[in-house]
Amino acid sequence: MTALLTIIVLVFILVAIWQMVKIFDLAQARSENTQVANDKDNTLNGYLMMGFLAFIYIITIVCFVKWGDLPLLSNSASEHGPTIDNLMIISLVIIFIVQTITQFLLHYFAFKYKGEKGKKALFFADNNKLEAIWTIIPVIVLAGLIIYGLNTWINIMGVDESEDPLIVELYAQQFNWKARYAGADNTLGKANVRLIDIDRANILGLDESDPNAQDDVITTELHLPVGKPVLFKMRSQDVLHSAYMPHFRAQMNCVPGMITQFGFTPTVTTAEMRQNPDMVEKVANINKIRVENSKPLVAKGEEPLDRYEFDYLLLCNKICGKSHYNMQMKIIVETQEEYDAWIKQQKEFKNSLIN
Amino acid sequence: MSAHADTHAHDDHGHHHKETFVTKYIFSQDHKMIAKQYLITGTIMGVIGVLMSMMFRMQIAWPEEPNVLFEALLGKWAPDGVMDADIYLALVTIHGTIMVFFVLTAGLSGTFSNLLIPLQIGARDMASGFLNMISYWLFFLSSIIMVISLFVEAGPAAAGWTIYPPLSALPMAQGGSGMGMTLWLVSMAIFIASSLLGSLNYIVTVLNLRTKGMSMTRLPLTIWAFFITAVIGVVSFPVLLSAALLLIMDRSFGTSFFLSDIFIQGEVLHYQGGSPVLFEHLFWFLGHPEVYIVILPAMGLVSEIMASNSRKPIFGYRAMIASILAIAFLSTIVWGHHMFISGMNPFLGSVFTFTTLLIAIPSAVKAFNWITTLWKGNLQMNPAMLFSIGFVSTFITGGLTGIILGDSALDINVHDTYFVVAHFHLVMGISALYGMFAGIYHWYPKMFGRMLNKNLGYIHFWVTAVCAYGVFFPMHFIGMAGLPRRYYTNSNFPLFDDLANVNVIITIFALVGGVVQIVYLYNFFMSIFYGKKATQNPWSATTLEWTTPVEHIHGNWPGEIPHVYRWAYDYSKPGHDTDFVPQTVPLKEGEEELQH
Repeated sequence: MTALLTIIVLVFILVAIWQMVKIFDLAQARSENTQVANDKDNTLNGYLMMGFLAFIYIITIVCFVKWGDLPLLSNSASEHGPTIDNLMIISLVIIFIVQTITQFLLHYFAFKYKGEKGKKALFFADNNKLEAIWTIIPVIVLAGLIIYGLNTWINIMGVDESEDPLIVELYAQQFNWKARYAGADNTLGKANVRLIDIDRANILGLDESDPNAQDDVITTELHLPVGKPVLFKMRSQDVLHSAYMPHFRAQMNCVPGMITQFGFTPTVTTAEMRQNPDMVEKVANINKIRVENSKPLVAKGEEPLDRYEFDYLLLCNKICGKSHYNMQMKIIVETQEEYDAWIKQQKEFKNSLIN
Repeated sequence: MSAHADTHAHDDHGHHHKETFVTKYIFSQDHKMIAKQYLITGTIMGVIGVLMSMMFRMQIAWPEEPNVLFEALLGKWAPDGVMDADIYLALVTIHGTIMVFFVLTAGLSGTFSNLLIPLQIGARDMASGFLNMISYWLFFLSSIIMVISLFVEAGPAAAGWTIYPPLSALPMAQGGSGMGMTLWLVSMAIFIASSLLGSLNYIVTVLNLRTKGMSMTRLPLTIWAFFITAVIGVVSFPVLLSAALLLIMDRSFGTSFFLSDIFIQGEVLHYQGGSPVLFEHLFWFLGHPEVYIVILPAMGLVSEIMASNSRKPIFGYRAMIASILAIAFLSTIVWGHHMFISGMNPFLGSVFTFTTLLIAIPSAVKAFNWITTLWKGNLQMNPAMLFSIGFVSTFITGGLTGIILGDSALDINVHDTYFVVAHFHLVMGISALYGMFAGIYHWYPKMFGRMLNKNLGYIHFWVTAVCAYGVFFPMHFIGMAGLPRRYYTNSNFPLFDDLANVNVIITIFALVGGVVQIVYLYNFFMSIFYGKKATQNPWSATTLEWTTPVEHIHGNWPGEIPHVYRWAYDYSKPGHDTDFVPQTVPLKEGEEELQH
């Protein structure tokens, strides 16, 4: 309903604008009416250019102040996270400086040199020195960014097997996630979707004859011990999905027919993150919004929205079909002891089969 | 060659052509009419594309709320006025397809390459008027098929405009991947054929039909941009065609180019040995050059309009050409930056990061050259000039975030979030649209012999400019907060509840920005009939198209094709009485030709 009202209002505004322009045109009819800009247009639009510059600056400031320090930007929860965040902040600072200067020059020149009858522009067609300057400066800045960026990238993507990472499979299907732990041998059993046997509850297509598969554990929640490197092996059974774990600065596509991988070390447990002052504030704010949003629901006799409590999440971030928007899995980072206790309660593959 | 063009003209044009309504307005072989046909078809497709974006923006801002507009326009896809999740994805998909290909490729390049190449190089028409006509009608046919695909029972294509398989290959994965996707692929195959015919024609025309004295280094930058765009198109579009054909084979003939090991809806499919990543490579080998196919013509138009309205030569003519060439070359070796996290070897990611960030250099050169063109100019603030300045502004804002997305390490966390949406909409969507608007305001007198109303033009520009920033600037921030794109609603993630109000703000700007385009459409269509009659050279520009009569004639110039004696940018040149010297004016004795 609100949308309709907005549209009606907009249409009325448009009609009003048309009428105003008509009046404007009629008023101008007696003077020259060539539809080519005259000095009055140049002056007006020159000032509007400065106004627009102010608008760009204001929207930039408002965005940074209101939404610039989202907890996600400053509180990563993985070992490599801060390196990405630093690079991000450096890039943002460079962008901010270049943006501020170039937008100023562009709009200020548009204002300063607005046309006047009888004025003659400067015939200035070329200057090799200037061209050299604005070729070389970007080269230097970009060289720095490329070196820093590639260094970071290689560190993140390079998997150090000597650290003995915990091997976990992330298994994607329309529209949910499963995790498969490799068990005591830390080796995932062979698997292929051709081996899926729903009747026997072999839902991930594990090779039942593979000894490595026997102690694998399949879960619908992802538990990770803090401080221990994890190496994810991603699989998908149907279409492309993307395992996106924004708090850990981690993402990798899940591709049917191949196994992809991504590794990181979680550094902050879920419990610790819930205590983080930034996060406490964010969660309180979200709950305030949820209480507000619940009011109309309660008035209609429906259940109010649940209170929100922070949890790490795994989201699907590659369009995968109708329920793409609700394909998620909870991630819990906990101490090694908690993790060990949890994994012990889970059923091993060999015991989960229905015979 | 030009001599040949002259005799050709005397044989074909001039006196003995009797035109019927059909040969003049429908199956026309005249490049000026074909340009108008492209523009009007592109405009209609643009209206459809923008309407779609307004609808899905409303769904994002007010998720699952009943909306009479949805009920009216979407029919069964909006039971009780609530938008269905499948149609949401379809709207997103078709919006992307229409805007990128039908509006900003065919509508922009098709219109202005056709209109300006013969007029600005001094040719009677395109090298092959017949192929040109075929090219337009193939485009028209593909538009019709794309629109028809919207009415398919199971829904139009909904796998995103990138149509990654297996989602796009398997009807059981998604309703839209049935007949809707088939029509999408057929439409695109025809579109590519149209685009290739057009591009070949442009290349041949620019190389062979330039008038006497029009050397390559005297060409206006518009022509350089169209020429290089056509070259990129010829190099990269066939690869998309091959991808589309292989996908059709996978879908209909059981091959396994892109599919392997799939278990869906309780059964294992027979596909074995293919890889979706292969499709991504093929798609982006076109997909990335495609953004330059979209933006380069806009750059050319803006360069020309800025010089003419600044009453100054474009700054660094040769550097501008060099940067177009550099961008064109680099554009073909950066496609992997769309695939950093696709599962391809991370080493490839490093290579693509390197090549991608290099593109910032020629882009920076162009931006600074435009800004310097304004410096100490005598700026005529016509609507075309405003859109050109707006173009530089959004190109800078949108381009700068490219150094984040092109950096593989940073891409990990913002890939496929709203940050990407903000980036590419500003840098190629809005910018190219501004370039297109600038071109329309500037060359409207050439197309229709009448002027557009400038006051409506000012309103159109300023409201659009504010809305464009209002929509896409905040979008960067919700992207950095991790909000994925292509989500029907975010209400299943309390984590994002605090971003809901940002989405409402964005949608309001989008609605205002969308609705204000009516001002433009009104101006455009009314001015065809009631606009102020144009003079021959309303903007006092130097290029050849303004030496043709206002009334369109076959063959463009009534007498001989004029000869060219200087470059296109002799504005405010010292030693001349007027502030512009047309290209057809011979050099004075002792006058130096400045073109570098």
